[in-house]
Amino acid sequence: MAVELVFQKRSKLMSAVTDSLIMIRRSTTHIIRNTDQLLGTFFQPIMFLVLFAAVFGGAIGMSLPPGVKYLDYLMAGIIIQTVAFGSTTTAIAICNDLQKGIIDRFRSLPMSNLAVLNGHVISDLFRNGISTVVMLIAGFIIGFRTHGTSFFDWLAIIGIIALFTVAFSWLAAIVGVIAKSVEAVQWLTFIIIFPLTFASSAFVDPVTMPAGLRSFAVNQPITQVIDAVRALILGTPIGNHGWMAVIWSLGILAVAMPTAVWLFARKSQ
Amino acid sequence: MPAADIAIKVRGLTKSYGKTEVLTGIDLDVKKGSMLALLGPNGAGKTTTVRILSTLLKFDDGQVTVNGYDVAKDADKVRSVIGLTGQSAAVDELLTGRENLIMMGRLYRLTKESATARAQELLEEFDLVKAAGRPVKTYSGGMRRRLDLAVSLIAAPPIIFLDEPTTGLDPRSRLGMWEIIKKLMRSGTTILLTTQYLEEADQLADQIVVIDGGKVIAKGTAKELKAKVGKDRLELVFGSGKDQKAAVKVLSKDVVETSDKDQSLSLVINDTNKDVRRVLDALADKKVDLQSMAVHKPTLDDVFLSLTGKQKQSDETEESEEA
Repeated sequence: MAVELVFQKRSKLMSAVTDSLIMIRRSTTHIIRNTDQLLGTFFQPIMFLVLFAAVFGGAIGMSLPPGVKYLDYLMAGIIIQTVAFGSTTTAIAICNDLQKGIIDRFRSLPMSNLAVLNGHVISDLFRNGISTVVMLIAGFIIGFRTHGTSFFDWLAIIGIIALFTVAFSWLAAIVGVIAKSVEAVQWLTFIIIFPLTFASSAFVDPVTMPAGLRSFAVNQPITQVIDAVRALILGTPIGNHGWMAVIWSLGILAVAMPTAVWLFARKSQ
Repeated sequence: MPAADIAIKVRGLTKSYGKTEVLTGIDLDVKKGSMLALLGPNGAGKTTTVRILSTLLKFDDGQVTVNGYDVAKDADKVRSVIGLTGQSAAVDELLTGRENLIMMGRLYRLTKESATARAQELLEEFDLVKAAGRPVKTYSGGMRRRLDLAVSLIAAPPIIFLDEPTTGLDPRSRLGMWEIIKKLMRSGTTILLTTQYLEEADQLADQIVVIDGGKVIAKGTAKELKAKVGKDRLELVFGSGKDQKAAVKVLSKDVVETSDKDQSLSLVINDTNKDVRRVLDALADKKVDLQSMAVHKPTLDDVFLSLTGKQKQSDETEESEEA
């Protein structure tokens, strides 16, 4: 062997950080190279946005306060819905890793257990970021406008969405670790996310829903996140939606992250 | 052997999944810089043993040290001195060969410069320079295995586990893999190899340990084991039952097995050259027509037959591999 090998001395914490960065780079490369999925990242949000705006715009627009276009109302809901469904990719990526030999390789290396999951969750934040930007651009092209949204409001929007994305991806990570196949991941995440996004304020005001469903829709986390972002876009009072959105996301994160890491470490021992 | 010369030491290793006992007391000693082959059929416990030694699996009882570190207590230290090449190529499909090597090198805590330089060196050594920039999913089976082994060597660990490194490879790729493994041995790396092929253990290993049903049933050098296994066999197939019966009469004292259904018979031979000629001459003398013939080297089945006195029960053993 001609090459002299130089090893880095790292503390446990530094290792966790460095290993996570290496794994984030890996997962991000996956996203870029996985062209089929990348196309979905671009076109699915545009399709949803245009279809919902065109199909429901006329009917629902009539029940909105005067001066509010359905497209402007819809934008917050469609972004959060896309991000929530986007978390499925985290679950699929983790499930894929666990089924292949590569996970044994990672486990036999002197690396942090958290890093593999961290890599998928954080790279998914990038991918969802791209989806969100694509949606906003498409929205602007077909007539979406904000109502007095300041620079700081935008920062708040980005912060709320990013925090929610990370929290939901960690929730999806649990599904990815538990599920025995990619198919199982797909239907499991679907039956969790579909009712959560549709029984919310994403597309219509929950006021028109039946009583039982309405009290669920009004109080669940996704509605809080949507209402906070929507208030910032429409320039209406945000009330306590902002805080509730942050508290819900942090709460989900605080439970889901250690659970996912624990399940992951326990798996196949 | 003095303790300092031992790279891997296993005493009384047991492992069961529920009520299924997979390992029932394995003892192993692998000398530093030597190669030990763990030989056995599917489900014998080879992979389970390797997974325990490489910290992937917890065990029930016994003592396991790798490079002097206790596997149960010092998993992280063990991980920094071992490399593992499993049955399924453990490389990232979407990354290129070079990216795989550098990533794993960094996870072994090599500096970026070291990892990059070492990756280039291994790509050259394993004849993967041309494919280095392509995603692994475009690689052939042989290339994947080579890359997989290269990845295990990225941080030049002193101990390497090779779990069935040639299973599923075509003969040419297998020979290439053997060359690489021999080179690795010359560099002084301690290797524990598992295999189902007697020939592979014979070609490569200093010491062979035969395991079956989760315990060691024989150990020794290839020569010592072969002496126990038995001789080559000559199988003759005839065009008709009449010819086969005539041949049995001609060769009566050497025949060890006959099959009326296949119209065949087999005999034990000591010297291929001399014995085959003798048999053919004897058949020609009596004008018995031969359809085809083949010489069979002792197989793993023969090893088990002679070592355990029973045929391996492949259906049963495959099930326990699943568990």
